Amino acid sequence: MMNKLLTDKPWWGVALVAASLAFLPFVVGAAAGPAWVRVLDFALLYVLLSLGLNIVVGYAGLLDLGYVAFYAVGAYLYALLSSPHLTQNFPAIAAMFPDGLHGPIWLLLPAGAVLAGVFGILLGAPTLRLRGDYLAIVTLGFGEIIRIFMNNLHRPVNITNGAQGITQIDGIHLGPVALDRSLDLFGFAIPSLNLYYYLFLALVLLIIVVSVRLEDSRIGRAWVAIREDEIAAKACGINTRNIKLAAFAMGASFGGVAGGLFAGFQQFVSPESFQLIDSIMILAMVVLGGMGHIPGVILGSLLLTLLPEFFRYAATPVQQWIFGQVLIDPETLRMLLFGLTLVVVMLYRPAGLWPEKRRSRELEQKRGEVA
Amino acid sequence: MSVLLEARAIGKRFGGVQALKDVSLTINAGEIYGLIGPNGAGKTTFFNVLTGLYSRDGGDVLFNGQPLQLGNPSAVAAAGIARTFQNIRLFANMTALENVMVGRHVCTRSGLLGAMFRTKQNRQEEAAIQRRAEELLRYVGIAHRANDLARNLSYGDQRRLEIARALATEPKLLALDEPAAGMNATETAELRKLIVGLRDDGLTVLLIEHDVKLVMGLCDRLAVLDYGEKIAEDVPEVVQKNPKVIEAYLGGAHE
Repeated sequence: MMNKLLTDKPWWGVALVAASLAFLPFVVGAAAGPAWVRVLDFALLYVLLSLGLNIVVGYAGLLDLGYVAFYAVGAYLYALLSSPHLTQNFPAIAAMFPDGLHGPIWLLLPAGAVLAGVFGILLGAPTLRLRGDYLAIVTLGFGEIIRIFMNNLHRPVNITNGAQGITQIDGIHLGPVALDRSLDLFGFAIPSLNLYYYLFLALVLLIIVVSVRLEDSRIGRAWVAIREDEIAAKACGINTRNIKLAAFAMGASFGGVAGGLFAGFQQFVSPESFQLIDSIMILAMVVLGGMGHIPGVILGSLLLTLLPEFFRYAATPVQQWIFGQVLIDPETLRMLLFGLTLVVVMLYRPAGLWPEKRRSRELEQKRGEVA
Repeated sequence: MSVLLEARAIGKRFGGVQALKDVSLTINAGEIYGLIGPNGAGKTTFFNVLTGLYSRDGGDVLFNGQPLQLGNPSAVAAAGIARTFQNIRLFANMTALENVMVGRHVCTRSGLLGAMFRTKQNRQEEAAIQRRAEELLRYVGIAHRANDLARNLSYGDQRRLEIARALATEPKLLALDEPAAGMNATETAELRKLIVGLRDDGLTVLLIEHDVKLVMGLCDRLAVLDYGEKIAEDVPEVVQKNPKVIEAYLGGAHE
């Protein structure tokens, strides 16, 4: 599909999209300030996360409410292996690494993906027989367990530094280029936020290609088959245990990559960042955009990260313009409008904003039967 | 004639109901074997035990000389038994072609890494899967609906699609659970032609059917179940005259 997307379009169309993606952070930075470039960076991280959850929820149909746990695993792995925290607390480690721990990104991101994948299997294995609501409850518990572990693993041995989180994490370095400082390229300064934008964008593109390829493969079809009818899938010779575990592991590994990027970008992690509401937000992105449909999921995650920010900035001036004063606190109004948007979208586009063609056809048909 | 499947003393109990009581039967390679009986006789239960969907309480099955891993549907499918369902179970939101491609799962190997890197081997396998799936759609006569969603096919075409999906696993034994249920006379006649064609192409067919006329005309041999027990097993002409069978279908004269 992706290959078709590229080959069906004229070369200048592709070039136009590429150019606008490349200039976007500069345009946004100039027009709206660096805070919005930061929002853009986070939006890309959420695209990564929702594409990962899309594998579990969208393709395999396994409702996962603890997805943020894998994000946390990736983030803490990166944090521990590229901050002074471990060397300060463990003399043995300090002796092994006299210069301190500074894990390179090309090692930490794959390691984060693998470790998160292992955690995905740990979550998947005991839940293989569960579906729907029951699975949602267990995964919710799993997400909370991971967060609570992060919160409490500072006694008796200080591994995660508890609720205070891990600070002084190295920014991401790509060879000689440090992404946490602005880069001077032929006298033209590229701000740090824009550098991160390019890195995240590159990984988003990579993950899109992986997703598209998986969707259109033997394993991808088996995922959808399990979603559609598990008994029939078994009768077709699909080992549902292994295939479900593959979905959990694959989805989790995307989350692990996003987590590593998050830790390097923020240079600070704490259990605060990995709460149930974050899992729910990622799930909302997948459902709102269109489960199982990659462009829909990307749209959903962009909207759900950008909309609340937009409301936050717009709330004060709009109220002043209408009422002459600020009646409702922007922070409150923001969540109110956000919730309203979600309800409206789900009412009028129950299959998501940009659903897969075959799924939308199904829903239209059902509506027709009722009417 | 060689024996393909030998079921020995299969037992299955649901709470207080003995659904199957020591059912033994033998299916020869290359025949159409019928399994009939009144409603609730245990036909579908036997099917579900045989294909691994239900666990059994006793007995075992030799398939192609090997003991069958009962209780594990995907192992049964891999061993070479494919089935269809009484109430059609297709992957409703996948296209007809994709449904059959899923059936190829058990005969193919590609994993996650192969798919991610689109290795040469992976691309060749994908192409082969699609080729074979198209072939099978042509074989059952619904190639023109390949890109339609399974849910949008007509009832008869859905039955055919389910058979094509089962054939995609390259089975030695094809087990059909009431394939003619809900079909009109024309559709039944076409189905009959399809089943005979399958046998002529070397496949062994196990058929559960309500339509006694269809079974009697089609099967080489058949077994009759009543209250979870096998009461007869022979060629149709003999079974038809068996007094126990007549009693089971028409009710006894006593009391």
